[in-house]
Formats: sequence, C-alpha cells, structure tokens
Amino acid sequence: MKATQNITSVQQSRAMPEAVIAIKDLRKSFGDNHVLNGFNMKLYKGENLVIMGKSGSGKSVMIKCLVGLMQADSGSIMVMGKEVAKLNRKLLDELRAEIGFLFQGSALYDSMTVRENLEFPLRRHQKKMGNNLDTNSLVMEALENVGLAHTVDIMPEELSGGMKRRVALARTLIIQPKIILYDEPTSGLDPITSKEIIELMLRIQKKYQTSSLIITHDVDCARVIADRMILLIDGINYIEGTFNELIQINDPKVKAFFK
Amino acid sequence: MVMGSHIVVGIRQFFEQIGELSFFFGRFLKEAIKPPFEFSELLHQCYSVGNRSLPLVGITGFIIGLVLTLQTRPTLEEFGAVSWMPNMVGISIIREIGPVIVALICAGRIASGMGAELGSMRVTEQIDAMEVSGTNPFKYLVVTRIIATTMMIPILTIFGDVLALYGSFLVENFKGNVSFQLYFNQVFDALSFGDLIPAIVKSFFFGMAIGLVGCFKGYNCKKGTVGVGVAANTAVVMASMLIFILDFIAVFISDIFYDL
Repeated sequence: MKATQNITSVQQSRAMPEAVIAIKDLRKSFGDNHVLNGFNMKLYKGENLVIMGKSGSGKSVMIKCLVGLMQADSGSIMVMGKEVAKLNRKLLDELRAEIGFLFQGSALYDSMTVRENLEFPLRRHQKKMGNNLDTNSLVMEALENVGLAHTVDIMPEELSGGMKRRVALARTLIIQPKIILYDEPTSGLDPITSKEIIELMLRIQKKYQTSSLIITHDVDCARVIADRMILLIDGINYIEGTFNELIQINDPKVKAFFK
Repeated sequence: MVMGSHIVVGIRQFFEQIGELSFFFGRFLKEAIKPPFEFSELLHQCYSVGNRSLPLVGITGFIIGLVLTLQTRPTLEEFGAVSWMPNMVGISIIREIGPVIVALICAGRIASGMGAELGSMRVTEQIDAMEVSGTNPFKYLVVTRIIATTMMIPILTIFGDVLALYGSFLVENFKGNVSFQLYFNQVFDALSFGDLIPAIVKSFFFGMAIGLVGCFKGYNCKKGTVGVGVAANTAVVMASMLIFILDFIAVFISDIFYDL
C-alpha cells in the first residue's frame, strides 16, 4: 500500500476552532533526500498538537520552515493568516514576535547571563512589547514561572540540562507568544526532569492560553501533553488522532511508535 | 589517476571557497550600510578585538624590535654603518614587519576565536535562536565583528610599531649609548608619509580580511563540533594567506606610486 493512501484522519468530524497554523502540501529535499513529501497539518487555537516521527523524518525541518529559518521547496505555510514565504524581513520579524521557539539544545547564548538571555528578545521585539518596558520585572516574572528566579545573574554554563531547558522556556515566554513551538523539549533529559518540563509546559499552556506545536519522539511526553497527534512518516502526515485513538491502530508503522 | 582527481577536486573547492567568500563579503557590504546599526555590540567587539589583543601585540612587537636590532647590529658593525640602525629598523618595522606581524598574530588570536565562537553558535542553534528573536544575526554577529577588526587592527599596528621601536631603542641605548631623542629623531628623519600611509592603509585591509575570514568560516560552520575545530583552524590558515596576498598587492601598488 502506498504511503499517501495511508493518510487517515481519525477525527475528521471533530469541531475545531480557527487554525493558527495551516501547512499545505509542504515539500523539502536535500539533494536526493526527499525529507518532506507533501506534508499537511493544522494547529488550532489553544490546542497542544504533537508531531511524532523517527529521527531524520523531517520534523525539525518542518518546524524551521514554519518560522522562516529554512525555505521549503514548495507548498504553503500560513501562520496566523500570513503566508510565511511571502513575508519580507520586517513582517517576518513581526510574525516571529507572536511565536515562541524552544530549541532542542536550549540554544541559550553562552556569552550572556541568564538575565541578558531573557532581555535579548525583549529588546528585539520592542515594537510589540512597547518602549516603556520594565525589563527587570518581566525577566523576574518569566523566571519565576519556571521556578528559576535565583539563577538570574549566572551564566548558562553553570546550569544543568533541565535548568537550561527551563530558562530557554522562560526566554520563549517573555515575549508573550500566541504560539509556542517545542523542538524535542524532553530529549537528553532524565525521566524526572522530563516530567517536570512536561508539567511546566502544561501549566504555561493553561496560564497563557497558548497554542503549542510539540515535536517529539518521547511517547510519555505525547501521552500527557497531546490533545491531538500526527505521525510524520515518509515525509507525510501518515495518520492523526488523539493518543488513545492512535495506540489502537493496527498498522505496523504506527505500532512501532508505541512499543 | 586518483591523484589527478584529488587535484581537480582541490582546485574546484578552492574556487568554490573564493566564490562563497566573495558572496559573503558582498552581503557584508550590503548589510553594513542598512539600518538598524548595532552600535553597542560594535563597541563590545572593538573592546574584545582591540583591548584584549593589546598585551599579545605589545609583547610581540617589543621582542621583535629587540631581536631585529640585536641580530642586525653585528652585520652593520662590520660595514661601519651602526649609525644607520634607527633608520633601517624604523623603515622595516613601520613599512613591513609591524603591519604584517601584528596582522598574523591577530589572525591567530582573532580569526580563530571568531571561527570557533560563531561555529559553536551555529551548531548549538544560537544563531537560529537569534533569528527567531527578531534579530538579523548576520548584522549582529558578522557586520559588527568585521567593522571592529577593520578599525582595531590599524590601532594595534601603531601600538605594536611603537613598542617594537622602543625595544630597538633599548638595545641601541644599552650597546651604543644612543639617547632616546637621538634615536627617535633619526627614526622620524628616515620616515616619510609615503612610508606611513600605505602601512596604515594596508593594515585596514588586513583587519577586514581577518574579520571576514573568521566570520565566514564560523558562520558557515557545518558538521557539529568537529566542524567548529575545522572552522577555527581553517580561519587562521585562510586569513594568514589572505594577509600575504594583500601585502603583496599593497607593496606592488605603493611601488607604482613611488616610481611616479
């Protein structure tokens, strides 16, 4: 059976609010390696959508195309009603002010203190945040949200892996984004720290009513956090549904994820 | 046959690098004149490039002046031309040795540092994080660094030259009992603007080459942590080569002006 014929939407009939992200027929290749072969998805307002796939399946490529860090070969990416590929630098930066991105390796600026790391996006998105910013109270509030107010004046190298991830989350939150993209939020962390990060993500989603797109291959993370899931296999959205729906699918490719 | 194909691949990669470097330089020129300007980061980079290189440049310059005088003195003595020492040392240091040695030292310290720093920022996605934070990373990281090296290397060269001449004076004072005033009077008598201006102008280009190559290698770093090491290493090699090529061009051009 061809992969394209396998696309199954378990919850087509479910009523959904407006889509904040809509990806249609996204294709991206690196030479002969066709990573995305017509990927489609929608992220609805206020939901937690998990995208699972094997390593190298194109999850990170897709998320980078979403914020304009990579250019797709073809297809359309609409974020909050704007076509990403058609935006100039200024408009793209304005759109990025509405999107938080938590990188896989945290990506904290290692030449800056935690405070400077958090102040950096604030200053850059001044148009959105306003000129009369009380940066100190915003930094402290963001750090208190992740339980790390005491680390404000230390360098990232002095933090553990889990603490770095939480500071990166605080940096993501400080610009008060409407959408948060998580690229492997629990990878490289021990189970206890992973659980803490997942709980933190849920708390943040509840507090700020954000829409979240979570790229992961951590089944435990997906089970706890996902309102809806998409399995990215062979460069397409192979199947989508809730966690409970997907674990009951009797397809070897799908079952392989939940073993 | 295999060796032949290796040579072809090597030549092709060389020209690819030249092309990519030219494109990178073009982008620098374009971004450098476009607002917004990152003044605070530029000042930070000037401090990092200039102030932190002072001890290394100063010590090296001083020792070169000292050694050059010590090594040359016996030969000049044989010809009874020791009194020419300040003239000879002054011209050779100001025109050639000072700018080239300072540029080479800075290529080792600054180009490799930039290659490694930007390279590790690239592989740990810090550059991507900067981009999604609404910052143009090329402007913030690359433009500021290249302008900083372009401005700081001439200043470092002047500083290195002064200490090299002072080192040379100490030897002359110790061995020939030459006074400070006499020594530096002779140095400045021997020098003209035709010696000073080309030396300063070429050190601007050396500075630009150091920043350009360091940033080019780091910003385009690939292949993880191994790539960071390669970026740092190749940045030094490429910057040093570029310094010698630029020096040759500078000497060639200034020679044409001398002949006119």
